[in-house]
Formats: sequence, C-alpha cells, structure tokens
Amino acid sequence: MSAVMVDVRGVHKSFGPLEVLRGVDLQVRAGEVTVILGPSGSGKSTLLRTINHLEKVNQGWISIDGELIGYRRSGRKLHELRERDVLKQRTHIGFVFQNFNLFPHLTVLENLVEAPVSALRRSRKEAVATAERLLERVGLTDKKAVYPRQLSGGQQQRVAIARALALEPKVLLFDEPTSALDPELVGEVLDVIKDLASTGTTMIVVTHEIGFAREVADTVVFMDGGLIVEQGTPTAVLDTPQHERTRAFLSKVL
Amino acid sequence: MGTTTDSTAPPGDSRTASPAPRPEDPTSLKIIPVRHYARWAAAAAVTILTAQFAHGLITNPVWEWQVFADYVLSETIVQAVGVTLQLTAYATVLGFLLGAVLAFMRLSRSPVLQTVAWTYIWIFRSIPMIVQLVFWFNLGALYDRLGVGIPFGPVFWSVDSNTLIGTIGAAIIGLTLHQAAYAAEIVRGGVIAVDHGQLEAAAALGIPRLRQIRRIVLPQAMRAILPTAGNEIVGLLKGTSVVYVMAIGELFYQAQVIYGRNGRVIPLLLVATAWYVVLTSLLTVAQYYVERHYARGANRTPPPTPFQRVRRHLAKGVS
Repeated sequence: MSAVMVDVRGVHKSFGPLEVLRGVDLQVRAGEVTVILGPSGSGKSTLLRTINHLEKVNQGWISIDGELIGYRRSGRKLHELRERDVLKQRTHIGFVFQNFNLFPHLTVLENLVEAPVSALRRSRKEAVATAERLLERVGLTDKKAVYPRQLSGGQQQRVAIARALALEPKVLLFDEPTSALDPELVGEVLDVIKDLASTGTTMIVVTHEIGFAREVADTVVFMDGGLIVEQGTPTAVLDTPQHERTRAFLSKVL
Repeated sequence: MGTTTDSTAPPGDSRTASPAPRPEDPTSLKIIPVRHYARWAAAAAVTILTAQFAHGLITNPVWEWQVFADYVLSETIVQAVGVTLQLTAYATVLGFLLGAVLAFMRLSRSPVLQTVAWTYIWIFRSIPMIVQLVFWFNLGALYDRLGVGIPFGPVFWSVDSNTLIGTIGAAIIGLTLHQAAYAAEIVRGGVIAVDHGQLEAAAALGIPRLRQIRRIVLPQAMRAILPTAGNEIVGLLKGTSVVYVMAIGELFYQAQVIYGRNGRVIPLLLVATAWYVVLTSLLTVAQYYVERHYARGANRTPPPTPFQRVRRHLAKGVS
C-alpha cells in the first residue's frame, strides 16, 4: 500500500458562530482518487479549501507528503507560517475552482506560464514548453493565443486544470469542477480528470457527479453537518450505504 | 371574421372579405418607415442656432481674431504651455503613485495604516487646492529649514526650505498631495471591483504577493480606474491654472500678464482657451487608446478604433 499523501487530523473550522467542520479526519494515499459527496452546507468545499490553507483551521492540522500546511510545529505549539512560506507550500497543491478563476486579461498560454515563472522561478522558455505540452494534453493546443472569455465554459475549466498542473503539484484539489457548466460540457471536463486519474495523480474531488465517483474514485467520502459520515469503496458507499443520512442523500440525487 | 380563409393576407386587408381571395406574396409588400417630423424640425432649429453662433464668433470684432493669431503661437505662450504640461505631468505621475500607496494602505489589514490613509484622504479632500497651494508657497514661514536626522532626536543635515523647494516645487507638491487624495479613492475603487476569485486563484497558485498585485489585480483594476482617472487628469490640467496665484508662468498666468500689458483681454483668454481645448483633446485621445489596451480579454471582440469605426460607417453608407 502506498504512503499517505494528504493527512487531515481533527480539523475544526468555524465562520463566526457557525461551525462548518466539526472534527474531520481523512487520509488520502498517493496516487489515489478520493471523491467527496454530500449535501450543500455539509462542509466539503471548506474542507478542500483548508487543505491548501485558503481557509485557516481553528483546531487540528493538515499535512501533505509529511509537511505541515500553514503551520510550523515546535513542541506542543503550532506557529502560523508567514504568507510567503504558505505561498511556497501552495505550489505543491493544485486547486481547480468551480468558477475557473482564469485570469481574463492574460492569454491562455500566459495563464499557464505565470505561476511557474513567478512562483517557481522557472525560465520562461521552460515554462512555455511545459504549458504547450499541457495544452496538448487537455486538447486545446489551438487556443493558446486566445483570451479565456473567448472560450466555452468546458474549455475554460480544461485550461484551469492545465494551469494547476503547470506547477507539477503533488496533489490536485477539485472544488465542484463541473457545477458551473452547461450539461453538455460536463463530459469533456470529466474526461480530462479521468485521464489524470489513470496516470496516478493524487486527487481529491468535491462533486455531485455520482456516476463519475463510481467510475473513477478509489475512495468515496460522504460528508454531512461538518463531519465525515462514512467512507469506503464506491460500491460500498454508493450501493450498500451503512448510514441513514447517506441513504437519504443518495435517494435524492440518484 | 368568419369569412377569413386566406391566412397569408395581413389583418385588415379588405380583400379577405371577397369570395375568391387570391394568394399573395407576403414579401412583396413595401415597408414605409415612420416619418420623424418633430426630429427634423428640432435638427433644423439647432442647425440655424449653431450657424448663428459660428457667424457671431467669426464676425464679432470683440474677439479680435488677428490678436489671437499673433499670440497663439508666440514664444511666451508656447513656453507657458510647456510649464502647464510639466505641472500636469509631475502631479499626475506623483499623485497617482502616492494615491496607489494610500489605496493599498486603506486596503491593508493593519488598522494603523488604514487610519493614516483615511485621515490623509479626509484632510486633503477637505482643503481647497488654492488654499493648500498658498500654504506650500509659504512653507518657509512654517518650516524654515528641512533636514534629515533621528526622529525627535538630533539633525545631521539640513537645508533652507525655500532653496530646496522653490516656487515650481511648491506648486508640484501642492498639486500632487491634492491629487493623491483623489487618486487613492479611484485606485481603491478599481481594486475592490476586481473579482475576489482572482486573488484566490493567484494565492492558490503560490504567486508572490507583490506580483499578485502588479500582474493580476492592477491590470484588471485599470478597467475601472481609467475612466475616472481620465477625468481627474483633465481636471488637473485645467486645475494647474490655479497656480497663477503663485506667479508661476503657466498658460493662464502668462495670458493674464499679456492682457494686463496690452488690454486685449478677450483674445488672450481665447488663446488660453484654445490651448486648454487642444491639450484636453490630446489627453482624451490618449485615454481612448490606453483604455483599449486594458480591455484585452474583457470582451469577446475588442472594440474598434475610431478610425475603423469611421471606415465601417462609410462602407455601410455606400452600400
């Protein structure tokens, strides 16, 4: 069995009086695909955002490849890292947003080149070569000179995935990557994610696509009320759910 | 209308009542556009009034067009235009630099920086520019020597403030500090108009903080900043005329000096007016192209240049 890549331990997170995560433990092994399902407000997006420290946790910790994210431990204390160090850690964690968040004033190629050059100090030539290779992989070689708004939603999300891959991250996080898309464009994005899964990229995907979870996931996690209710293989969780809340959710979405 | 059998005839056609309606080609009917009689009358009235005004401008001897022609390109006036441009350029560049710093101070998470920036904007928006300029002109009375040293401690090096700053310097400082207060709010408005997801994406990619601002936020903020900033710069260009109170040889001051000497008030005001209009027009054209540059990627197709627009219009008129 491969080593644990993402380790989430006892994570609590509150927004004011609202407790969104109430003690989450999750281990994701290298090369595995974990799909997180759950009703809206269950805390799944927040969990994903704590993993790359876009949200700070109130309690608990998260590590990736053995490195604590957002904090430095000395004895019984966790010292918050400076922004510069957090930014450096984030280059190991790819994040794909629901609304793509491509940079609209930069061409597709520049969207892919920006972070490797400015965050990893790669040479521009090297970054352009990587970008072109990745655009070919997501099937958008002919779009490198256009601006994001000239693309369809599905194409934009494929660019966003390529942009995340340009940093060669250890893990890829997807926050509802197909929720903002027209139904006929969902397939092309899922195909790209499936292709990544087959090459052994470690991924955590928050989604509502049950079919995708069944086909691609190694582990399916069901969250509700800020807690992981149950997790297991897709067959176990989707076909023979143990928990009443999982059954209620699945009966609504299937 | 029980007799209606020909569904292709338009409603109200009397032939639908005839016993054997002939089928009719619906595309053969001629369409007559609405006649805008009131619009034509208004256009005629405005044209006559405009012609009358232009006629007066040319024929009324008070304008003294010959005097205007003598002075508009005279060395004194052209030099004064140079001073006006110099004041505008310095105050624009320095004002917007300081304004940007103040804007990011107000947007920072430090309550101290926020408060200082807020207070600066509050004070400098409250003082009329002319009052402030006279203050700076009298800086020597306020601080007769300026120096470098330890805060509240000994001074290592100092200089007479009037020597260091001079009249033009005082004017530039006054205009800059005034402009910075307005520029700060304009820049802040532009920055908060940028979608929060842009900063999140930049942070998620690990792009360094300064680079996030310079490469991701500011270019997008420029779209919201430019129209208002254009207004401000045009306002500043004309606002430089206020420094005549400091006896600086800018356009309005020199025009006054000349008509004070020869008594030709109207034609010399016309000289100043003409120059202000020309300079403002140049700024307007420049603004258009700068805005167009920052519109990259904002629309599916970039807006046409005025030249392209005129050409397209002509092509349509010919066909």
